[in-house]
Amino acid sequence: MMQTLLSTENRPIAIASTFIVAILLAGTVYTLSTAGTAPLLSPNYLLQQLQTGSFLGICAAGMMMVILLGHIDLSVPWTLTAAAMTATAVGGDMAIPTALAVGITVGVVNGLGVSVLRIPSMIFTLGVDTVLRGLMVAQTGGFAPQDKATPIMLFLAKERMMGIPVAIFVWAAVSVAIVVILTRTGFGRSIYATGSREAAAYLSGIRTRLVIIGAFVASGLCAAIAGVMLAGYSAKAYQGMGNAFLLPAIAAVVLGGTHILGGRGRYIGTLVGVILIVLLNSVLSIMQMPEAGRQIIYGSVIVGMLLVYGRNQRVTS
Amino acid sequence: MRVFRLKRWVMQNVGFATALLLLFVLLITYNMMHPRGFSSAVAIQNSNEAVAIIFVAMAQTLPVLLGGLDLSVGAIMTLTNCIASEVVNGSPAQMLFGAVLTLLSGSAFGLLNGCIVVYGRIQPIIATLATGAVAIGLALAVRPKPGGNVDDDLSWALTNSVYDLADTYGFADGGDAWWIRPFADIPVPILIVAIVALVVWLPFKRSVTGRTVYAIGSAEGAAYMSGLPINRAKITAFTLGGFLAACGGLYLAIQTSSGNADIQQAGAYTLNSIAAVVLGGTSLLGGSGGAIGSLVGAMILRVISFFFRILDIDPLLQPLIEGFVLLTAVSVGAFRTLRVKNKLDLFR
Repeated sequence: MMQTLLSTENRPIAIASTFIVAILLAGTVYTLSTAGTAPLLSPNYLLQQLQTGSFLGICAAGMMMVILLGHIDLSVPWTLTAAAMTATAVGGDMAIPTALAVGITVGVVNGLGVSVLRIPSMIFTLGVDTVLRGLMVAQTGGFAPQDKATPIMLFLAKERMMGIPVAIFVWAAVSVAIVVILTRTGFGRSIYATGSREAAAYLSGIRTRLVIIGAFVASGLCAAIAGVMLAGYSAKAYQGMGNAFLLPAIAAVVLGGTHILGGRGRYIGTLVGVILIVLLNSVLSIMQMPEAGRQIIYGSVIVGMLLVYGRNQRVTS
Repeated sequence: MRVFRLKRWVMQNVGFATALLLLFVLLITYNMMHPRGFSSAVAIQNSNEAVAIIFVAMAQTLPVLLGGLDLSVGAIMTLTNCIASEVVNGSPAQMLFGAVLTLLSGSAFGLLNGCIVVYGRIQPIIATLATGAVAIGLALAVRPKPGGNVDDDLSWALTNSVYDLADTYGFADGGDAWWIRPFADIPVPILIVAIVALVVWLPFKRSVTGRTVYAIGSAEGAAYMSGLPINRAKITAFTLGGFLAACGGLYLAIQTSSGNADIQQAGAYTLNSIAAVVLGGTSLLGGSGGAIGSLVGAMILRVISFFFRILDIDPLLQPLIEGFVLLTAVSVGAFRTLRVKNKLDLFR
């Protein structure tokens, strides 16, 4: 019955959503039995979780654009860090535009390397990541640069409007932009076409090089936005601030049903994937699970979920 | 005739031949610039620092040959490093048991990866992303804090020259016997890597299973239709990858006398292993290359970092230079795209 009701594209989203409810219920049962309260179900707590999850959510949104092409962007950690560090170093009104410019530049470089030089994205973005790290170490290592977040960065990451954290509004704006691009524009359709079969897309007259560059720019831009906000949230930029976002972002995209080889996936799935990972982390920290257990559960959940709905076709010819 | 054969070999292994040439040039230049170059002491120090990344790069090669990627090799190395730091001490028999246990646990983890990829039909890159987290979790459970205890004699004997090995365990007249003299100055770590490469990798590459791994990387459908043992080859490749990563973890434990469940370190090893595999001439699309190339690629990565010590480069610039070297090295392979006549050949 489930099979017929849900298309292959929606099944992962439905299952992941069910799992989110299961996580919330399990966490609530735990807190009720130990402390007699149910903080997980309070709107305030959930909003707070979504606020901290928005950084991952924005990274994952950009990552999805690249994964839909069958590529991957391993330069997210240091793009994020570089954007945050240049933003705080520049300061003032130009802080955020500079950070976005950093993101766009990195995206263009990545896109050129992957689409024109035809170097596998896996290794090219890894190289770009290393170069960015080198640049940041060279720039900030010798002296203490200005690393304080500007007021507007603090506002974006920490303040609340109408009781809802501003960070969630930013995340929502990014999400709407991505959904519109993917479903309502030619560029979005080109991404799906190029991801399915690049040669066919090329022969149909799609300028696949521009599409690839565009997707990497989107990823760099998203990483830069996340960097600006994370710097605002922690009130400063620091080295290695982006390291914790790469693998969860990939995991969120894949858990949401986007195919890692490209061509298939819906943005709502990525959104569900991010929420799943954020809530899983928060429930595990409420349970005071040691790091070892967290990592094991985290890995097992990804494998388990994919075993349910992420299986490939068997090769038979 | 022989020249012709050499030429053909070079044409068939351009990536590997270039890497080998680059390594020789780098090594010779390094030793000429080093005040104590071409000595056993320098070779011992350098080879010690290279062993772990060499093994991890060799481990990464197998999934890459299949056309996949293993994001858990660094984590498996970390896990086995932590296990080894617990079990490799005591009597010789206990140490041997501990070493075997370490290698077995790494292989078992690789087997798990292989089963998930084959029977679970999940893409290797994403399956190993998840199992890598599990491996790190297990490593943290085995060793929550860095530390450990590995037999000092073993640590000394395996990280120095053959003479010291013989001296420590008192065979071959403590290293003075006539037949061991020609080998006395060779660093033991080089021997270990060479033995694993010759005894494990080469026979595997020539077996039906090994050839199947290459065939799957070239065209899985064709390999299937030819009746090759696809599932067996994939599972063996991942298991062997786990074994090689465990070799790296075991050696790191012996070398440092400790284990450290460091997530950052595991990630760095995984990413460097991909770089080493590409530098060594293995195609990320699968089907061509080999673990010996990755061995060379890993050594190139290490030698580049050795140069920083003698060239007196500002330490703050080192990561930047490392990054540029890596980016340039992988971009050199891109020049084939300029020679492609039919644009459709680009989209493979």
